[in-house]
Amino acid sequence: MVRRAIPALPCSICPDAKPAVSDRLSDIYDEHVLDHFESPYHKGRLDQPTCEHSDRNPICGDQITVQLQLDDAGQVKQAWFDGKGCAISQAAASMLCEHVEGKTVAELETMAAKDMLGLLQVPLTPSRQKCGLLAWKVLKTMVYSQTHPQNDAAGATP
Amino acid sequence: MTATALAADWNVARIRDDFPILHQRLAGDRPLVYLDTAATAQKPQVVIDKLVEALTQYNSNVHRGIHQLGDRMTTELEAAREIVQRFLNAAEPDEIVFTSGTTMSINLVAHGWARKFLKPSDEILVNEMEHHANLVPWQMVAKATGAVLKYIPLTTDGRLDLTALDDVLTSRTKLLAVTGMSNVLGTVNPIGELARRAHAVGAKILVDAAQSVPHQATDVRALDVDFLAFSGHKLYGPTGVGVLYAKRRLLEQMDPFLGGGHMIREVFHDHATWADPPAKFEAGTAPFVEAVALGAAVEYVTALGLDRIHAYEQSLLDYATRQLAAIPGLTIHGPAVEHKGAIVSLTVDGVHPHDLADLLDREGVAIRAGHHCTMPLHELLHLTATARASFAFYNTMGEVDALADALRKARRKFRLPG
Repeated sequence: MVRRAIPALPCSICPDAKPAVSDRLSDIYDEHVLDHFESPYHKGRLDQPTCEHSDRNPICGDQITVQLQLDDAGQVKQAWFDGKGCAISQAAASMLCEHVEGKTVAELETMAAKDMLGLLQVPLTPSRQKCGLLAWKVLKTMVYSQTHPQNDAAGATP
Repeated sequence: MTATALAADWNVARIRDDFPILHQRLAGDRPLVYLDTAATAQKPQVVIDKLVEALTQYNSNVHRGIHQLGDRMTTELEAAREIVQRFLNAAEPDEIVFTSGTTMSINLVAHGWARKFLKPSDEILVNEMEHHANLVPWQMVAKATGAVLKYIPLTTDGRLDLTALDDVLTSRTKLLAVTGMSNVLGTVNPIGELARRAHAVGAKILVDAAQSVPHQATDVRALDVDFLAFSGHKLYGPTGVGVLYAKRRLLEQMDPFLGGGHMIREVFHDHATWADPPAKFEAGTAPFVEAVALGAAVEYVTALGLDRIHAYEQSLLDYATRQLAAIPGLTIHGPAVEHKGAIVSLTVDGVHPHDLADLLDREGVAIRAGHHCTMPLHELLHLTATARASFAFYNTMGEVDALADALRKARRKFRLPG
């Protein structure tokens, strides 16, 4: 068997090659992320939520349930979450619940992924964005089904 | 030589020179500590060279062209089949079917054998430590045939509970599908004994050897297994190629899985007849370049010696187990070292496995976090995820120390005492 000594990369073929992984801009485990993870806002269950929805990230197993209590005008009185998962997914859910209270369903409809990432404030790689956006996805799915209720009678209307 | 002497004799620095990828520096000029070999193994230069040789010197479709390139590639491919045959101690090269990987190999048996022969109320015996690749195909077979899926219970430390085997392995059992080595717990199963007991009730045994083949010698005739599947990329070879070993008589009885070119003898307007095995199961253009390079990988590990590889990896595992046990809040899931291979799946109180993997990555330590395609096992463990460090013969004791240091640092990051 031929054994060859291999030079450390970056090698002669690609002298300017950058390391495969670049340095992150700042720490995703920032104090405010760890604070939300350790002392989450409204983690638990409402007795009588107006609506709730759950989902999980099938790759890593993070799971989140979000519950909302809405008033007659469609304003969020209380937002709660429950779930298991990494610090990013759980901190994001906590920040989201804090953020949406007082907002209307119409306002939640316009909340984009970048708004959620803006709450987190830390730069996430594409794979960790799945963690950071799980609670937001659960919320958006729930809001969509609130504003687009299944109308079973639609097809049967004479 | 004793196992200890074999391990002490291992020149890991020289062996690391065979693996170009291990010498790169990551962000922050950190060395790569690659502890994710159970997901995919790194490739020695001889495998890379073989890929380049095939692509630059004799790339040509196999079993087709009447030209010099086609002849050379066909010769190389059939030589790789014989290398794999000797590696497994199969009776003949025609018992080696090249597939795309372990998943494809198992699905081939599920379609070609199980769906043909299983009947309602026949039983397929599995267990909760199986990878989804050796579980979901049998769920699909059960649904299609009316056969029933049964589970061998596990002991609390994550081994098959053989005291309960007679309760579930009966004359109704037609197939026992079992992993050679758990990809999460590291548990090494007693395949020879399982084969004997399966055959005693008239059942066949299929072994998912994806994890076991790279770490210990495998002799399909001594073990007397009926089917055995593994992947090239976990055996230091390329992705896209794998192997199904099956006894010749079974390959003859089985239906083809995929129809197409190369798997036929004659094609008429309304039907076709099948080629002999292994061609019957290699429809379409085989991953011949990858198969040839897999041959080089098998020759590489054979030259190192599976017994020496095993002895060294067990010494790494033993050291890692002792180093990690000293970390507060850390739990290793799985049996004691003497019942397992070089895989450590762990959880740390207060730090999710995903966060561990992220924080370890900053130190250059590459591990895997998640359910590792074993959701029923994680349900049994009452966990949604674990962090897994898996070792190969190119890892060093110093890398084990780097893992332990990075785990302590991760705890401190989460404001826990390291």
